[in-house]
Amino acid sequence: MSPENYLYLAALLFTLGACGVLLRRNAIVVFMSIELMLNAANLALVAFSRMHGNLDGQIMAFFVMVVAAAEVVVGLAIIVMVYRARHSASVDDASLMKL
Amino acid sequence: MESLIGLLVGAPLFGAAVLLLGGRRLDRVGHWLATGLAAVSFVLAVVLFFDLLEKEGEDRALHQHLFSWVPVADFQADVAFQLDQLSMTFVLLITSVGTLIHLYSVGYMEHDERRRRFFAYLNLFLGAMLLLVLADNYLLLYVGWEGVGLASFLLIGFWQHKPTAATAAKKAFVVNRVGDVGLAIAILLMFTTFGSFAFEPVLGSATEASEATLTGIGLMLLLAACGKSAQVPLQSWLGDAMEGPTPVSALIHAATMVTAGVYLITRSGAIFNAAPDAQTVVVVVGAVTLLFGAIVGCAKDDIKKALAGSTMSQIGYMMLATGLGPIGYVFAIMHLVTHGFFKAGLFLGAGSVMHGMNDEVDMRRYGGLRKHMPITFVTFGLAYLAIIGFPYLSGFFSKDEIIYAGFSKGGTEGWILGGVMLLGAALTAYYMTRIMLMTFFGEKRWQPDANGHEPHPHESPLSMTIPMIVLAFGSVFAGFLFDSGEAFVHWLEPVTGLEHGDSPVSHGTVGLAATGVMLLGVAGAWWQYGRRPVPAVAPTGGLLTRAARRDLLQDDFNHAAFVTPGNYLTRGLVYLDHKLVDGVVNGTAASFGGLSGRLRRIQNGFARSYAVSMFGGAALLVAATLLMRAV
Amino acid sequence: MSGLAALAAETSTSTGEAVQFWLLGPLAVAGGIGTIMMRRAVYSALCLAGTMVILALFYLANGAYFLGMVQIVVYTGAVMMLFLFVLMLIGVSAADSLKETLLGQRWLAAGCGLGLGILLIAGIGQASVGSFTGLSEANAGGNVQGLASLLFTRYVVAFEVTGILLTIAAVGATLLTHRERIDRTKSQREQAEERVRSGKQLPPLPAPGVYARHNAVDLPGLLPDGTPSELTVNSTLRSRGQVREVHGQAVRDVAALEGRTARYHGQRYVNEKAAPGVNGSAVDEAEAPAEEDPK
Repeated sequence: MSPENYLYLAALLFTLGACGVLLRRNAIVVFMSIELMLNAANLALVAFSRMHGNLDGQIMAFFVMVVAAAEVVVGLAIIVMVYRARHSASVDDASLMKL
Repeated sequence: MESLIGLLVGAPLFGAAVLLLGGRRLDRVGHWLATGLAAVSFVLAVVLFFDLLEKEGEDRALHQHLFSWVPVADFQADVAFQLDQLSMTFVLLITSVGTLIHLYSVGYMEHDERRRRFFAYLNLFLGAMLLLVLADNYLLLYVGWEGVGLASFLLIGFWQHKPTAATAAKKAFVVNRVGDVGLAIAILLMFTTFGSFAFEPVLGSATEASEATLTGIGLMLLLAACGKSAQVPLQSWLGDAMEGPTPVSALIHAATMVTAGVYLITRSGAIFNAAPDAQTVVVVVGAVTLLFGAIVGCAKDDIKKALAGSTMSQIGYMMLATGLGPIGYVFAIMHLVTHGFFKAGLFLGAGSVMHGMNDEVDMRRYGGLRKHMPITFVTFGLAYLAIIGFPYLSGFFSKDEIIYAGFSKGGTEGWILGGVMLLGAALTAYYMTRIMLMTFFGEKRWQPDANGHEPHPHESPLSMTIPMIVLAFGSVFAGFLFDSGEAFVHWLEPVTGLEHGDSPVSHGTVGLAATGVMLLGVAGAWWQYGRRPVPAVAPTGGLLTRAARRDLLQDDFNHAAFVTPGNYLTRGLVYLDHKLVDGVVNGTAASFGGLSGRLRRIQNGFARSYAVSMFGGAALLVAATLLMRAV
Repeated sequence: MSGLAALAAETSTSTGEAVQFWLLGPLAVAGGIGTIMMRRAVYSALCLAGTMVILALFYLANGAYFLGMVQIVVYTGAVMMLFLFVLMLIGVSAADSLKETLLGQRWLAAGCGLGLGILLIAGIGQASVGSFTGLSEANAGGNVQGLASLLFTRYVVAFEVTGILLTIAAVGATLLTHRERIDRTKSQREQAEERVRSGKQLPPLPAPGVYARHNAVDLPGLLPDGTPSELTVNSTLRSRGQVREVHGQAVRDVAALEGRTARYHGQRYVNEKAAPGVNGSAVDEAEAPAEEDPK
């Protein structure tokens, strides 16, 4: 098996995550789709790390995880706040960015 | 000695500044301060005059360089004075008549609560006028030129509570602007042609320039002179300017400022001498104005407006004389000086009459005033005799010389000019006699004014009569003094030059003819106004009379020729502005607005729509990257 | 562990890894599809957790032992649980409608997704890595040690910064969800007085299952005349429509019992004739005839 397959898998998962962001209205599901995309990127980084024979890719993936953790904390807090204020977690309901 | 020149100009300017900035605490002494400073100028002028007399004819010029005004590379504008015989003549006339009229105004403006301001403006005028005649370059002359224009504007509109006065001031200002543009262009032309605008380099090298350029400069100078001296076609403001206080009419609009045009052309004689075409235009303008003013003067019942017509006409004489070139310059200036005396005297007399008649100006409501105001009658009468050219009074000498100079032009031209001027002389005699008869002779015709006050004609106070007496002396003897031994001619000749044309008629014949037509005019006026009582209401009169009462339709002409097309032009421009300029601007704005309104629909506020565009963009970037790699 | 290390040390993948990939890869994709297709967010979360675990296995297969463990412990264990907490907090039951409301959004999304996917795959195919170095050398001193030596030397600044980032995120989340009390806490007495004043029911609501044979919270209690009482069931269950129906026979039995008791006492039981009418649809006729309480 060629190790490129990991990359194909990562691309596939990334695309799936993107479609999730575009299609789902529930903010939490959108968020989960973003996590899926991040994980896909991590998989690619790990595969690259193996291909190049050094650990820098893993370090990158590690940082992605840390940042994703921070992002999840803040993002979920925002979702909770929005839900409190509007009693809805739909991203379409918060459509105030227009006239 | 030279340093006195700056003082001469500075004294009245200082007075104006002090009076305008000093405020109300100067109300009690302001007029005497102004009069005193005018007198200081006069004394300085006399001192300088005697200083000049001590020098030889050709060297009679003083120069004073005060400071560099705008020193920029080739553009050197200096504040510098030049006092030669021509300037000296003007300085003496301005300061002497000016001082007398200051004195007169003390009495005339006694009851005006803004008297301090009036005297401040008078001083400002004196300063500006002295600057005008003493400047040694055209740019400084222009400063003085604008200064007298400003003072004239302020003084015509002095009684600004009267709408007529305010309008007249505006009219004078606007018409003068037309002339001022001419002067500005002339100065610019001089600078581009000669690289300087000082008198000496410009006039010294005038002959080096092409005749076309000189004609252009000359015509522009003539335009300026027409504006300031109320010559056709820019004459329309002078009649209305009589709305100002009478001392102003006497000083500015009779004796001094309106003669600035004559000064300008005489000063620029070197340019005109080399541009015969321009000279011809000057002569034509002078001749036309001469008759124009005289005809208007014949028809007016307002004493000041009749005198204003006379002023126009007399300046027409001077203009004509300057247009004759070296034959006429000296006599133009001579007539200017004698005219300054007798016309100022006439105006002061008219002011005195108005003063005693509750500011009534309609001559048909005067009549028989000689018994009530004897001093005014005598001084006015002497000035009257002077202006109509009664033998051996000042007007006789100066006007005869001009008429003789006109004949000296030679050929058909000479005959035409001489004839026109003789006709003018007859008309002068006619309208002046008319004024004299209607005002001082006949039955009394005055009536109670609108408030029911019956006028009680009385002689004016001493401060008013003294200047009138002094001016009457000037009117009587000035011509005789000037002509004795041709003193004035010798005095001015080094500056203006002098030529003797070949006249087809002799000097004596001209004098006789002038006296003859004068008597004719007097007789005509007596026939019409002396034999029988003057009607209190003006008769309808013929077509010419009615036109003359409307200033020969000058305002109607200006309205039709300039105001109406100007209005249409403005309306057209406004229309263009609305439709074309605004259309383009508004159309652009509207198209952007519409486009934005449509683009706005893309911005629907849904985060997912924005995410689509983000991912689409990302996909495009990936595509572009791959494409670049492939290429 | 040593087997996996040997696996990573090779410069080409082993058959075992290939088998693992082809088994777990489709599962991971299925999990991803599930994440974005499930109507209930909880199922989406579970699908995602599954995908993440599979990815952790792939990390291990690729020689990233530390990351694999972190993926399981931190991601699947902590982050996904956080997601589930929030899901519970804002309501777990409501299923999302998958009907698209934005005009053309589905087509655009499909276009973008498809385009992006094709382009990425094309790009990877074009890059054509071929063989790869393998991590045997890099992982010689142990994967964690290798990572640590990199993390605390070359990437130490980034490491510190991410530490700060995490701190800020924690403080920020606290700040965002914190609600400031702006009024004084009410005392018990005030609360009691308020309740009396508002005229609501003062004593506790009747318990479910009273007069009923069953003792479940989703069974309404029966009134003396055999009709079920709405008040006895929790309002949450009521609004969800999860109240179980009382069997008609039970209602009739209660009514008969009550009737017999009344007759025994020489009283007239008013609802005797109506009782047989009370059938299985007792919930629908919920008006409790409390005022006709027999004396």
